[in-house]
Parts: sequence; C-alpha cells; structure tokens
Amino acid sequence: MSDQAGLEVAELGCRRGGRRVLLDVTFAVPRGGALVVTGPNGAGKSTLLRVLAGLCPPSEGRLAIAGNVLAEDPSAYRARVGLLGHDSAIKLTETPAEALRFWTGYAGGRSTASPSDALAAVGLLELAGLPCRHLSAGQRRRLALARLMVRGADLWLLDEPAVGLDADGLTRLGAVLARHRATGGMVVATTHVEFGLGGEPHLTLGPASLDGLAA
Amino acid sequence: MSRGPLASLAGREARLVLRSGTDAWIALAFAAIAGGMFPLGIGPEPNLLLRIGPGVLTVVALLAALLTLDRLFQGDFDDGSLDQLALGGVALELVCAVKMLTHWAVAGAPLALAGPVLALAFGLPVESLGVVVLALLLATLALSLIGGIGAALTLGARRGGALLVVLILPLMVPCLVFAAGAIDAAVQGLAVTSHLLLLAAIVVVALALAPITAAAALRQALGA
Repeated sequence: MSDQAGLEVAELGCRRGGRRVLLDVTFAVPRGGALVVTGPNGAGKSTLLRVLAGLCPPSEGRLAIAGNVLAEDPSAYRARVGLLGHDSAIKLTETPAEALRFWTGYAGGRSTASPSDALAAVGLLELAGLPCRHLSAGQRRRLALARLMVRGADLWLLDEPAVGLDADGLTRLGAVLARHRATGGMVVATTHVEFGLGGEPHLTLGPASLDGLAA
Repeated sequence: MSRGPLASLAGREARLVLRSGTDAWIALAFAAIAGGMFPLGIGPEPNLLLRIGPGVLTVVALLAALLTLDRLFQGDFDDGSLDQLALGGVALELVCAVKMLTHWAVAGAPLALAGPVLALAFGLPVESLGVVVLALLLATLALSLIGGIGAALTLGARRGGALLVVLILPLMVPCLVFAAGAIDAAVQGLAVTSHLLLLAAIVVVALALAPITAAAALRQALGA
C-alpha cells in the first residue's frame, strides 16, 4: 500500500543562479524514520530542505512522499510537508494563541494537535495571550515548533531546530519529534546539536556536491 | 467554531492590517489630504473644480490604495510566512485571491465609501454620489487585483515599492478612464451604465487572471 511508503528521494539535483548546489542525492526515510543532514556551511543543507519542501524546484531527480510524486501533483506533495526554517514566520502583533488558531484553520482539518496541546508541549501555555513581539528568540523558536505540530504534515523538515533553544527546549523538541514519529511521521533535520536524533542515519553533504560537474 | 482555510486566511490578513498601526488608516488620510489640497490650491472656482473633480477623485483613490499594496506579500515573504502559506493543502492561487480581496476590503472599499466626502469638497451634486461610490469600489478592486500581480513580481527587488507604482499605474489607465468617465457622466446627468459595465468587465477579467499570474510570480520568488 503506497500510503505506507515514506519519503523517497532519487538522484536529486538542484542548480541555483546557474551554480550547482546539489548533485545526485539519493535516500529514503521510512514512516516513523528520521534523517540527519550534516555538512559544512554552504554545503547546501538549507537548499536541500527547501527542495524537499517542494518550494525550490529540483533540476533533476524524483521526490515522493507516501507515493505522491512532486513532479506529478505538487500540491498533494506540499500538503504533506511541514517546514521549520531559519525564519520563524511569526507576526509580532499576533499572540501565540491567535497564530496557532490561524494555522490550525489553515490546515483545514488535517491538524493532529489542538493549539493548546501544542502550546503546552513546547511550554508556552502561560504566554499564549502575549503579543509575539515580547517573546525571546528561543520562545519564538518554540512557537514555530508548535505551529509545525498543528499543521498535520507527515514530513517535518527542520533547519537547525535547536538554535536558540535552552536545555528544557531541547528536551521538549526531542519529545515532540518522538511523538510525531510514533504516529508515523518523518523527520529530516539539519543540526549540530544532539536532541534525540543522534542514533539516526546521517546524510553528509560535502563541498563535492557543490563543485562536482559544474556543467 | 472551526473555519475553513480561506476564511482563516482572510481573518488573519484583516487582523494583521488593522493591528499594524499606520497601514489601517494611512490610505484614508492620504486621500483626504491629497484630494483636499486641490480645492485649496485652485481656489474658489466651482466650475473648474466640478470639471476636474471626477478625475482627481479617481486618481487620488487609486494612489491611496496603492500606498499599502507593496506590503501585500512583502511582509510574509520577509519573515518566512509565505513559505508556510505555500505548504499545506491550499493552492497558492487561492492564497493570492484571498490576499488581494482582503486588501480591497480593508484599503480600497473604505476609500470608495469615503469618496462622497471628497466629492462634496469638489462641489459634485448629491445625485452623483451613488455613482462615485460604485465607480471607486470597482476601480479600487481592479487595483487590488492587478496591483497584486505587481506586488508579487517585485518581491525581493530593491525599492520594490517605487517599482510597483511605475509598473502598475500605466495598467490602471483604462480603469481611470472608465471610473472618471462614469462619475463625470453622473455629474452631467448622462447615462453611466456603459462606463460602469466596462469597468466591471475589467474587474471580472482581473478576478480570473490576477490570482493565477501572481501565484506564478510567487513560486518564482520562493524558488529563487
């Protein structure tokens, strides 16, 4: 049954601004699985995540989540993706509760966690009514994680999710990821910090994928 | 109480504009000041004011609505919200349509409803005020739709706001001609239907094509 299939990435390549950023990236993440992407600065980790999200079109290769192929049905593919990027995508005039209510509504019934559940899981329940401009960088990161929880995506793409988080935040991040994977969710993360994915498979992007075959 | 994705998005857009401080009232203030300067500058020449009133009214309304249009996608693009909106199951075309229509509801429509106040300052007859509102409603709606394409195209460009004005205003000339023409006809007691129907035709075409075009431009900006 194709719905049991996870993320399949085959011979993925990407060029940006005439420069090759990714070449021949192949891996698979099964349901409930995780993958840690490592590599030096500029190796293309963030680009890989944006390509996996379906935001940045790959120049070659095949991408599929649970049998939904990006090239065949982009919106069905993107509907299964959640992204925690560098930018927190938080509006300073909104409160965390308002933001999560909106994203829950935007998910249109796919949500698997309620806004209050998500806020409790990341430890922001007491600050639910405070405008986001008063939140610290770490608290905004936690809110972005809570947004990921209410959006009901199968595949979570995390770009340095640990940045700005304290010890308690890292523990909560680990717990949230474990809960997501226990329900069949998948995780692809770039990180230099240990928060419960240490034992998972690693994909190392090197400068080789940057320079190789510049044509 | 759960709302659908598009209703949620419309509610968020309106909330963000109303909370943003200046964005909510700057268009109205601009229209009042810019429009009010014409009678002051020209002086007590009722016939001249009546002659230029319809055109000035329409130009001022379009410029005022254009003031906040560069924010349509820029804020969401800068803080990563546009990535988030592009993921999930909602088509980017619908996201664009909702954002354009919400811009019209919070910026264009209030301008049109306030139009009669400015119209009276130009000495337009009371009988023409209904047409003033209707023509400005349609013209600002066309601006939110067609200008939305420009807002998507100029994402990430330096001085995007100025570029947007230069790109979009020439495209608004047909709307200007028909909206000002309708008001002018109403002032002179002539038939206004043909002007308004042509204006409505522009809106219908823009309603169909603008969200698709803007979504294509957004995909380019996100993938770059």
